Amino acid sequence: MIRSELVQKIADDNPHLYQRDVERIVNTVFEEITEAMARGDRAELRGFGAFSVKKRDARTGRNPRTGASVQVDEKHVPFFKTGKLLRDRLNGK
Amino acid sequence: MSEKTLTRMDLSEAVFREVGLSRNESAQLVESVLGHMSDALVRGESVKISSFGTFSVRSKAARVGRNPKTGQEVPILPRRVLTFRPSHLMKDRVADGNKA
Repeated sequence: MIRSELVQKIADDNPHLYQRDVERIVNTVFEEITEAMARGDRAELRGFGAFSVKKRDARTGRNPRTGASVQVDEKHVPFFKTGKLLRDRLNGK
Repeated sequence: MSEKTLTRMDLSEAVFREVGLSRNESAQLVESVLGHMSDALVRGESVKISSFGTFSVRSKAARVGRNPKTGQEVPILPRRVLTFRPSHLMKDRVADGNKA
């Protein structure tokens, strides 16, 4: 399923809404989650899962081709943990 | 880091502000977004949201696990797990936003 198919399903469920409003609704949900993580916040959606930010320490990496060492700075990466309800549903519980 | 937590309530508030539907309907629509995504994943489909990321379902084989406290062997049954791969855009925004 891609974004446009998700929009279509919600539009089908809500024939009283304009398609472009449904698009804005879907975009708002994802935009808010991304903005929260960009601020360093978590987004916790019970039953679905939780988005958080993890810190990766600075390290000395290596170019696998040349073997030259490169300094990799500390960075923050997005992380998702599946919620209990969804995890159980995936396994038919 | 401030470490606040965004919840469903914040999402419906944002939808309410952005689209101007009632608070109640905004909350239902947020639920519907998450519900349709979950249903697709339970059917075994991946959910690909451009500029956000991809959720995919992977099947894991059975293996023998061990209770780390007692050392007792326990069978771990085959199961399906969900993985999320953030898009490059999201990775960049999260990295830039959290720079020291």
